[in-house]
Amino acid sequence: MATIFQGLRGGAAAALTNSIDSKKLLSRSTRRSLSERKVSFPVVRSDGSVNLNPGGSNARARRVDQLITNAVATKADSSAASSTSKPGHELLLFEALREGLEEEMDRDPHVCVMGEDVGHYGGSYKVTRGLADKYGDLRVLDTPIAENSFTGMGIGAAMTGLRPIIEGMNMGFLLLAFNQISNNCGMLHYTSGGQFTIPVVIRGPGGVGRQLGAEHSQRLESYFQSIPGIQMVACSTPYNAKGLMKAAIRSENPVILFEHVLLYNLKERIPDEEYICNLEEAEMVRPGEHVTILTYSRMRYHVMQAAKTLVNKGYDPEVIDIRSLKPFDLHMIGNSVKKTHRVLIVEECMRTGGIGASLTAAITENFHDYLDAPIVCLSSQDVPTPYAGTLEEWTVVQPAQIVTAVEQLCQ
Amino acid sequence: MWPSSQFLDFPGGKVAFTSEMRFISESPKERIPCYRVLDDDGQLIEGGINVGKEIAVKMYSDMATLQTMDTIFYDAQRQGRISFYLTTIGEEAINIASAAALTIDDFVVPQYREPGVLLWRGFTLEQFANQCFSNRGDDCRGRQMPIHYGSKKLNYLTVASTIASQLPHAVGVAYSLKMDGKDACAVTYFGDGGSSEGDFHAALNFAAVTEAPVLFICRNNGWAISTPTSDQFRSDGIVVRGEAYGVRSIRVDGNDTLALYSAVRAAREMAICEQRPILIEAMTYRVGHHSTSDDSTKYRPVDEIELWRSARDPITRFRKWIESNGWWSSEAESELRSNVRKQLLDAIQVAERTEKPPLVDMFTDVYDAVPSNLSEQEKWLRETIKIHPQDYPSDFPL
Repeated sequence: MATIFQGLRGGAAAALTNSIDSKKLLSRSTRRSLSERKVSFPVVRSDGSVNLNPGGSNARARRVDQLITNAVATKADSSAASSTSKPGHELLLFEALREGLEEEMDRDPHVCVMGEDVGHYGGSYKVTRGLADKYGDLRVLDTPIAENSFTGMGIGAAMTGLRPIIEGMNMGFLLLAFNQISNNCGMLHYTSGGQFTIPVVIRGPGGVGRQLGAEHSQRLESYFQSIPGIQMVACSTPYNAKGLMKAAIRSENPVILFEHVLLYNLKERIPDEEYICNLEEAEMVRPGEHVTILTYSRMRYHVMQAAKTLVNKGYDPEVIDIRSLKPFDLHMIGNSVKKTHRVLIVEECMRTGGIGASLTAAITENFHDYLDAPIVCLSSQDVPTPYAGTLEEWTVVQPAQIVTAVEQLCQ
Repeated sequence: MWPSSQFLDFPGGKVAFTSEMRFISESPKERIPCYRVLDDDGQLIEGGINVGKEIAVKMYSDMATLQTMDTIFYDAQRQGRISFYLTTIGEEAINIASAAALTIDDFVVPQYREPGVLLWRGFTLEQFANQCFSNRGDDCRGRQMPIHYGSKKLNYLTVASTIASQLPHAVGVAYSLKMDGKDACAVTYFGDGGSSEGDFHAALNFAAVTEAPVLFICRNNGWAISTPTSDQFRSDGIVVRGEAYGVRSIRVDGNDTLALYSAVRAAREMAICEQRPILIEAMTYRVGHHSTSDDSTKYRPVDEIELWRSARDPITRFRKWIESNGWWSSEAESELRSNVRKQLLDAIQVAERTEKPPLVDMFTDVYDAVPSNLSEQEKWLRETIKIHPQDYPSDFPL
């Protein structure tokens, strides 16, 4: 089984393709909702590693108001992923990451990769598979095991003209690199008076997986979110994985790209043409009227599963994948809050000091007048992730809890 | 071919067997000797690269300038005119001789006790003063504390306060130079204390594995704030660690200008031509306090300090050598010292009166463009200042 996102089906798709000039991609990026759209949402099926509701034999309408926007540098052409002619190609999320990486390495000879086992082994999740053969093992560098040091090495290389992508074999290992990330990566552009830039991308798999143990189930976005000078994004679909990877590489700022261990095998059809996602923008997954559900990474899928149940119960949730963890896309979030007046945050971070905590504060500060109810934030418990599968499952937010929360919020 | 009964066929290479159980000693019978070519009286013993008059005189002048700058800025801190300072007293030879042996293309990744390298490359006394006063002329735009100099133009990375975190940076720089095939190397400095940090070990290891052209120059000055080397490590200094990582190394008399110059020149050649890292341990002494926040007489004997300050002063030693060549005189000395002193006092006076950086610089360069949250924070700050103008320092332009 694989997750399949398909383009808009039937008449809706035709209407869209006719109105789209594929050269002007902004025409696709407006936030209009389709008047003839049904209440539909992507049903995600994934392989056995993400245990979701297997109901629904084929995926239906994809995220309707999907944003395909430019990153800082290049204009990208993009045509609608319409189901009528099925353009584009299907791939898994880890392949999408690799595709983005490879395209950028082709485009700019300064882009290089460093990390443990990224070379001929291809990386712990095979994101860099084949790259060492193509670009050589200097440009795809296997490093000894010292995260602080190869992160530091990447920073030094970035300051003298290269654009390294630093892979943490698991995000949790990057805790060893905290000194370099906080004190040097985030800081040196500022303290050098703007003389030295650090265009690194730091990426790796994180989040709670399938019985990987507490040390391999860290959510580093909570620890890193305070560091000034860095940007953080979290990918969740093959489409945005490739787009964010490319945008992160082209950015002049240090960017941390959070991938999730359980999402690498998601399958999706993505455009053949080059495209980039905007690092600072959130993604509208499902427009709605009753409640704004903000989420990111793997929890997006739990939310969408809960959304199916909620729709059956008559609710109309608006689901936004915030994608940009630092800074938050308060523009899209704010518009949503102004529309629905109720907010539910669903995150995988722990309760204390997580992304949800900061997001709650940001929304309260900025949009307090628009809220009809206090913000509800569903997070993982403040415990190290247990190894036992049943316990592990209950440390993260489950769709049933999301449904209950929405029901309570909408009373 | 060795018969298989005599060696272990191991990933990484063959290892011969032995039936003698022998532990390698934790300390060598003799310590690694120290390369020197000038004796204590500045007389050439033998060897060393022939250094011409021009370079020798520039080296001497810059050492004397550095020493004078340190004295004056240190006093300025004591007078409350700058907030902090760190001297290089006793280590001027390491600074200047190594800088002289490099080219401008060699990228320097300093710890914090190497302003002499900047001085050699052309950083002006006014620029030093501006950084210490964090005024509008500061290249760091007022964001760092004094002595955290940096200059992209002079290929000298901005100093960060963290110890040894620059060592992996240097490996990254060398990696970048290697990828570009440049005729240059990375050069990084650190102290005996810094060699204990994890980053030191990994940086040496990485440099060896990636065959990166980087010079690791250790200023073994005997003290890490109040920690003597006997409390810092039990190895024979830092030079022996090179072999442990597969890095070629040498121990040099850090107060011998000519020996340092020769060694760094040779090391640079090897690093670039053979694409390998080199470790240089320069033995010296930290004559000054760790910084203006330290009083070293509290933890070490005053006569030890005085011995190194006078009898073992690297500048005096080199002066004797250039005077014996007829390249220097006491007139030249007093002229240089008084000129530099005057220039420094002027620079301080001007820097002190120069405007501070504008408020907007507090929020720029965090990212490449100022994001909305920082714009908001700036706006909020300005509003606060409008309401409470008397609480805002008058010498900071808005």
